[in-house]
Amino acid sequence: MTVTAAVVALALGAGAVVLGVLVFVVDSMARATFSLLGSFLSVAGIMLILDLPYLALVTALMMTMEMAVMAVFMIMFMMNPAGLMPMSMVHNKYGSAAAGFAVFAVLTTGIWLVDWPVAPSGARSDTTAQLGLALMGEYMLVMILVGVVLFTTILAGTILATGRGRYDRFGPDLGRRRPDDPVRGGLGR
Amino acid sequence: MADSARTTAEALGLVPAVGFALLVALLLGLVFAATDSVVLASGRLSAAVEPVRITVRSLMEQRRTTLAPDALLWRLGAATVFVLALLSVAVIPITGASLVSTSADLVWFNAAEALLWAAAWLVGWGPNAVHSLVGGYRFLAQGLGYELPLMFTLITTGIAGGSLRATDIVAAQADLWFVVTMPLAFVAFLASGAAFAFWGPFAAPVGTDIAGGLRSELSGPDRLLLDGGRAVFLGATAAMATALFLGGGAGPVLPDTAWYVLKTAVLMVVLVVAGRRLPVLRPDRFVEVGWMVLVPATLLQALVVALLTLAGVYR
Repeated sequence: MTVTAAVVALALGAGAVVLGVLVFVVDSMARATFSLLGSFLSVAGIMLILDLPYLALVTALMMTMEMAVMAVFMIMFMMNPAGLMPMSMVHNKYGSAAAGFAVFAVLTTGIWLVDWPVAPSGARSDTTAQLGLALMGEYMLVMILVGVVLFTTILAGTILATGRGRYDRFGPDLGRRRPDDPVRGGLGR
Repeated sequence: MADSARTTAEALGLVPAVGFALLVALLLGLVFAATDSVVLASGRLSAAVEPVRITVRSLMEQRRTTLAPDALLWRLGAATVFVLALLSVAVIPITGASLVSTSADLVWFNAAEALLWAAAWLVGWGPNAVHSLVGGYRFLAQGLGYELPLMFTLITTGIAGGSLRATDIVAAQADLWFVVTMPLAFVAFLASGAAFAFWGPFAAPVGTDIAGGLRSELSGPDRLLLDGGRAVFLGATAAMATALFLGGGAGPVLPDTAWYVLKTAVLMVVLVVAGRRLPVLRPDRFVEVGWMVLVPATLLQALVVALLTLAGVYR
C-alpha cells in the first residue's frame, strides 16, 4: 500500500467515526440518517483502498438503499422528523454511552490482538473471484441458511406490519377473482 | 486476463484520463439532452442548441430559496446526482479501456445508480416543500419496482461474460453479441436506465401533476446539476448498454471507438424516440408490474443465459 493510500484510508476511518458520532449529535432525522450513510460509505472507501472492490461497492449499494428506506420509516415514526423541535437521538444516555465505549474498546483490542494471516506475496489476486469461490464453495451452506433466515424475516415483518391480509383482499372464503385493493396495481387487478 | 486489462489512467496518466472521462461524460449528457430536445420539438434540428442555452442561463441565474430549507442536504443532494452520473461513466470502456477497471465494474455501475436513491430523496427533502417531497417519495417507490430487475439484468451479462469487469464482458462478445441471447435483459436495462434517471415514462418524480416534483424548487446551478446528472446518466445507460449487449466497439472497417460511438448514438436515439412516445407510469402501479412481470422475466432470462453458459455458447 502506498503512503497516499494509507493516508486516505486513515482519513476515511476518521471520517467514518466522526460521521458515526454525528448521528447522535444532529437533531434532524434526515441528517442523522445520512450521517450514518456517510459513515458506511467511508468504510466502503477503505475497502476499495484495500483492493476489495466487490465488497466495497456492495456495501455502498446496500447501505444506501437501506438508509434511503430507513429515512422514510424513521421520519414516519420519530417525533421530530425535520429538527423543528429539540430532540435527542440518545435514550438512556449514560447507559448507551457506556455500552458504546465498551464495545468500541473490545473491538479495537480485538483487532490488535488477532493474529491476522499474511497475504501471499507476488501477483495481486482477484479478490472478487476469491469471494465468489468462497461463497459458492465452502460457505455455501451458511449463505443459503442466512438467505432463508433473512427472507423469512422479511416475510414475517411484512405480515406483522400489513393491516390488510388475504381475507381482506379476496373475501372471507378467498373466493374473489379480483382482490379488493384501495389502490389497484398496474396489471389491472 | 484480469490483470492485463488496461485502464485509460495507465495509458494516459491519471489527470488526462480523468479529464478525458469527464469530457466523455459531459458529451454523453449533452448529446442525449440535444436528442431529447429535437425529438420533443418534433424533429426541428435547431432545437438541439436548447440544452446549451439552458446550461448557460442556469449558470448565470440567481438561486431562489424556500422558507426554512435544509440547505446542506438540499445542495448535497443535487450535487451528488451529478457526481454519481460522472462516476458511472468511469467504468464504461468507450475507447476499449475505461478510467477505472475493477473486478466488479458491474457493481460499480449499479452502486452509482443505487446511491442516487439517497441523492434524489435528499433533493426532495431539502427545500421543505410538499411537491418536492412527494417527488422524492415517488422516486423511492419507483426504485422498489426497477431495482431488482436492473440487478438481475446486469448480473446476466456477468454470467455470460464470466466476469464482472466491463472489458471482459466486451471481449466475451467477440463471436456473438449478448443482445441476441438476452433481448429481454437488454430492454429491461434500457428501461431501468430511464427509470433511475426519472425520465420518459418514469418521469413521475418530476411529474407535472406535482408541479415538477423534485425539480419544482430547484433553480440556477442546482437545477442544472440535477438535470445535467439525469442527462449524463441516460447517456451513460446507452453507452453501458453498448458495452454489455452490442459488443462494444466490434465492427468492420471503422476503428473500434468509432463503432462504439455510433452504436451509442443509435441507442440514444432509439431510447429517446421510444421513451417520449410512452405515457408516464404511476409509480404505485409500476411496482406491481415490476414485481409480477419484470422480476420473473429477468430471472428467467438469467436462468436461460446460465444454461447457455453451461452449454458453452459464450466461448
